[in-house]
Amino acid sequence: MTDTPIETPAAKAPPKTAFGRFLDSDFFYSFRKSPVAVTSFGVTVLLILSAIFAPLIAPTNPFDPASLNLMNGFTAPMTPNAFTGETFLLGTDDQGRDVFSTILYGMRISLFVGAAAVAFAMVLGIALGLLAGYVGGWTETIIMRVADVQLTFPSILVAMLIFGIAKGVTPIEYRDQMAIWVLIVAIGLSDWVQFARVVRGATLVEKGKDYVQAARLIGRRPVPIMVRHILPNVLSPVLVIATISLALAIIAEATLSFLGVGAPPTQPSLGTLIRIGQGFLFSGEWWILFFPALTLLALALSVNLLGDWLRDALNPKLR
Amino acid sequence: MISFIIRRVLQSVLVLLVVGLVAFSMFRFVGDPIDNMLGQERTIEDIERLRTQLGLDQPFVVQYYKFLEGAVQGNFGVSYRQGRPVAEIIIERAPATLELAAVSGVLAILLGIALGVFTAIRRNGFAANFIMSASLIGVSLPTFLIGILLIYLFSVELGWLPSFGRGEVVDLGWWSTGFLTESGLKALILPSITLGLYQMTLIMRLVRSEMLEVLRQDYIRFARARGLKDRALYFRHALKNTMVPVITVIGLQLGAIIAFAIITETVFQWPGVGLLFINAIQFVDIPVMAAYLMLISVMFVAINLIVDLLYLAIDPRLRIGR
Repeated sequence: MTDTPIETPAAKAPPKTAFGRFLDSDFFYSFRKSPVAVTSFGVTVLLILSAIFAPLIAPTNPFDPASLNLMNGFTAPMTPNAFTGETFLLGTDDQGRDVFSTILYGMRISLFVGAAAVAFAMVLGIALGLLAGYVGGWTETIIMRVADVQLTFPSILVAMLIFGIAKGVTPIEYRDQMAIWVLIVAIGLSDWVQFARVVRGATLVEKGKDYVQAARLIGRRPVPIMVRHILPNVLSPVLVIATISLALAIIAEATLSFLGVGAPPTQPSLGTLIRIGQGFLFSGEWWILFFPALTLLALALSVNLLGDWLRDALNPKLR
Repeated sequence: MISFIIRRVLQSVLVLLVVGLVAFSMFRFVGDPIDNMLGQERTIEDIERLRTQLGLDQPFVVQYYKFLEGAVQGNFGVSYRQGRPVAEIIIERAPATLELAAVSGVLAILLGIALGVFTAIRRNGFAANFIMSASLIGVSLPTFLIGILLIYLFSVELGWLPSFGRGEVVDLGWWSTGFLTESGLKALILPSITLGLYQMTLIMRLVRSEMLEVLRQDYIRFARARGLKDRALYFRHALKNTMVPVITVIGLQLGAIIAFAIITETVFQWPGVGLLFINAIQFVDIPVMAAYLMLISVMFVAINLIVDLLYLAIDPRLRIGR
């Protein structure tokens, strides 16, 4: 897909600034030459920006009851409402909420949960992977056995189970408030294994190298050796896994919310919106379901393609 | 080799014990069982009596042992929500899930292998390229969106197939089947496609890449030079040699099909074990959750063990050095 010929930049003098060097790198070159990468990057950035600036872009705040008018319910896209005469870009749902606004706010929650879950999984996986690889012995056996066992089960099942247990532990009045955080922990815990395995493998390789021996010789403690010396050298595969994990986490979150064991209706994510929209599939209000589904698809697909491209671009074997 | 098998079996038993501990802890520490079983009007004596009756006054290890003993005999307690024994509810629901999983599994294997061979043989053809690109989209689409899309097309727009439920079922004593009625068969179509699609694309891509690998080898060239017919060449000589990794993946995906049935069953309101589990999570019905967890882990561990042992049986090279 990205086996574009690599220019040799030997003839040009290397630019001074870091940004200039980046623009001149093989990495950026292969990015520029891949239409899939450029398009998916563009779509991802556009979606992330519109989620961040949702309060500025969205015509209404769908969670402010004062701005809602039940008379506006079930307005089709781009057609004026029969009672109020108002027009909505993507129509409204049963409660008169503007679908475009709910999508923007829903995407915020989807992206936040996805990113936070991946960050959580990444920190946990890196820490345990470094520990397993560097310390070895019993520590390694226990960590990697747990990882193996967890890998036997599909991660969505693990996430569901953690969500269920957490729901049982939290008192009823806090459940809706806590749901988002529980979701992050559940998806994060179901996803750390990938990171731990890769980091452990890379750590085992780095451990034998001279610079680690030298650091040990001058008396650095194990934790600084792991964090300051080994970690920077094992990060590039982690970056690739993180991107692919983000797509998977967004889909996992949407799936859980769709099944009704994720984001509550008071804080709907894209999955919750699709769950709500599915109820109106038979009565003809297709837009309540269609636009959130399309947004989820665009988001998952573009992050996924970006991750695929990144994996190929950072893999020296494919050069 | 014997020592490898023994170690592998012991490891599986250990995993099951740990899962059992998780399930037991859910029972013991998530909510108070006494609270769940007695109503508002209760006396201290009632509580004490139930506590001894349920064995909650005994040491943790004894309770855990009793729990495992019960689980092995199929006694998972009583559902908080339905007030019936969990084992009874699961047995009642199992046929729906197993029939759905079986149909989608067969669909995925047959179509996956056929399409994989096709795309490998005609690898530059238009149809093969189209199938490959379509499969890429199929992998990225979340399962529940595929289900909704199929419902929209075939139930809402065309009105050909039912969008929910199992249709009419025939009761065969301990098993209820949807295979024998027209509405039951019709109801199976959309859910089984939804469930099997992901596994089908996985098998297809694997068969294709393995086939391409095998077709490059010398013995295929010689077989062709000898004048063998294409069909004998592709199916008797090439496909056979791609089967080892394919069988492994199929084995591992069997468990995944049962797990992913949760999603499909929710989309289609299919009255199976997966839907039961989702409802149990929504209503925090701990006994049902624990039982489902135990059952599915026994299944996963067994499948993994069998696949590992199959490897050993199929590939003699692995027997050395274990």
